Amino acid sequence: MNKTTQTTREKSEKLQSEQDTWELRLYVAGQTPKSMTAFANLKKLCEEHLEGKYRIEVVDLMKNPQLAKGDQIIAIPTLVRKLPQPLKKIIGDLSNTERVLVGLDLRSLKQ
Amino acid sequence: MANVKSNVKSPEGIAKCQTGIRGLDEITDGGIPKGRPTLVCGNAGCGKTLLAMEFLVRGAAQYNEPGVFMSFEESSEELAQNVASLGFDLNDLAARKKIYLDHVRIEPSEIEEAGEYDLEGLFIRLNHAIDSIGAKRVVLDTIESLFGGLTNENILRAELRRLFHWLKEKGVTAIITGERGEGTLTRHGLEEYVSDCVILLDNRVEGQISTRRLRIVKYRGSAHGTNEYPFLIDEKGISVLPITSIGLQHDVSTERISSGIPRLDTMLGGEGYYRGSSILISGTAGTGKTSIAAHFAKAACSRGERCLYFAFEEAPSQITRNMRSIGIDLEPWTKQGMLDIYAVRPTIYGLEMHLVKMYKLINEFKPKVVIIDPVTNLIAIGSDTEVKSMLSRLIDFLKANQITALFTNLSHASGPLELTEFGISSLMDTWLLLRDIEIGGERNRGLYILKSRGMAHSNQIREFLLTDKGIDLVDVYLGPAGVLTGAARISQEAKEKVAEIIHIEEIERKKRELERKRVAIESQITALRSEFEAAQEEVNKLTQQEEMQEKALAGDRTEMMRLRKADVSTKNQS
Repeated sequence: MNKTTQTTREKSEKLQSEQDTWELRLYVAGQTPKSMTAFANLKKLCEEHLEGKYRIEVVDLMKNPQLAKGDQIIAIPTLVRKLPQPLKKIIGDLSNTERVLVGLDLRSLKQ
Repeated sequence: MANVKSNVKSPEGIAKCQTGIRGLDEITDGGIPKGRPTLVCGNAGCGKTLLAMEFLVRGAAQYNEPGVFMSFEESSEELAQNVASLGFDLNDLAARKKIYLDHVRIEPSEIEEAGEYDLEGLFIRLNHAIDSIGAKRVVLDTIESLFGGLTNENILRAELRRLFHWLKEKGVTAIITGERGEGTLTRHGLEEYVSDCVILLDNRVEGQISTRRLRIVKYRGSAHGTNEYPFLIDEKGISVLPITSIGLQHDVSTERISSGIPRLDTMLGGEGYYRGSSILISGTAGTGKTSIAAHFAKAACSRGERCLYFAFEEAPSQITRNMRSIGIDLEPWTKQGMLDIYAVRPTIYGLEMHLVKMYKLINEFKPKVVIIDPVTNLIAIGSDTEVKSMLSRLIDFLKANQITALFTNLSHASGPLELTEFGISSLMDTWLLLRDIEIGGERNRGLYILKSRGMAHSNQIREFLLTDKGIDLVDVYLGPAGVLTGAARISQEAKEKVAEIIHIEEIERKKRELERKRVAIESQITALRSEFEAAQEEVNKLTQQEEMQEKALAGDRTEMMRLRKADVSTKNQS
């Protein structure tokens, strides 16, 4: 009984630390200029606002087309915020920084 | 159907892809354009998704063409459930890699647009889906949902244009569905991009009765039917029924078939109706129309021909029971599958839908004889022109298939009997009229043939009796007193019989009298003769006596002379 409580707490702590880390996934289709721009924009933005607590995963749908179904990807490039919850999607080359920040809820975080 | 085919001018037309949907391939003259996208548009709930799904399922099951269904609205599970009622097992087809279901869900609330993008993701998904099962067919249902999820319309339009181009290059036959817009075929003008073939579905309600219709708006490079065709969605999917007037080129039969009433056959030139003709039986209520129809049905079944009976007034069991009371047992035929009584209320659907339903049933049951009892009830649900057009198409269809059709028509007692409701009589080959004849306080049924094309037929009125052994036709009394039927006929006949008996008796009596006279005269003759004989005998007797006396006298004289020789004085003694 006691043990289970312990593990639950451990889990929630772990979850807490995970929630601190932003898990971002960028879907691209090959090395297109739009994808490159999007990745560069994302990198810059994260360094600026989420230094040290983010992780970016780039998924190339040209190589793994089956992955498009899972995250309901239709537009390229698409940035998916897996964590923290809730799931957010931002489509486009992320050149409009204001909109990306709103989309990621970083605008409020900064204030 | 036939006129569509006859219109085909270019044999080297574009390649077609059979949809497998009943009737659609006929009106499109072989299917939708192969390797090209086709737009199917219509209002909500008109059957777009179902048509698209049936196209895929039939392709997978009948033509060995796997298909991808990309749904932008319903999830794969919902789709599978929705079409399961039509006998399509999507999960099974998906498991056998015949169908690939992909649900594209766009949640506008969780999407933010920030900068330039394209729909390459969708292309990749579709491409992956097509390649994974080697699909030949693709359905996008309905891609216009993208306009709800994404705000940049310029990008969307450019990408849609690219998508349809890409589909063509990919060589898949695609159906793209679109919701109908105000004044346009689709809400977002998809018809701009898909211009090879456009099919419009419609579900109209007229007088509380809805009818689904399908029309080919456009079909580049192909002949196609241009009418609006009604279609059905039932437990076997969609069936489009191109029932147009097929013209008057059908072959006619010289074969004659019995009406089931021997006396009526005699009236119809001795042999009955022509096979493949249309027969109208009109009369006021209770004149025995259904009974004549039942006779015909029974006769058909006895000949080994199937009969389809459309009852618009009575339930099958009621018809069976009522007909049993006049000695026609239809039940064995129903059980043997020779007779099918299809009973439905006319108001249940529109006229077109009735036609479609009848057409479908006739195609399935393949009867030789069709009975529509009564046709008047159909007339009540449509306008004059609709009814006439519907009936002429039905009759043409039946004639083309050499099916003999019998229609009953309830006429109103007030109007002239010869007037059928909507001039349908001109469509009929044989017209029997049943009428009430009111004489001497009773109503009797009379039957006569108003017309019967192509045969010598009786012009006589027959009295029509419903007995427990079926219909009996008897001659009416035609005499100085006019036409008499029923009791009046019987009493008149009785009177005549009495008169005849009296007359015969009179003759007999006269004969007997003459005989008596003859006998009397003969006896008189006998008496006279015997008198005469008696007289003659007397005469003879006298003559004899005379002779004897003479002899005796002569003897005496000799004796005397002998005696005188001895003594002359003895002469005084004698």
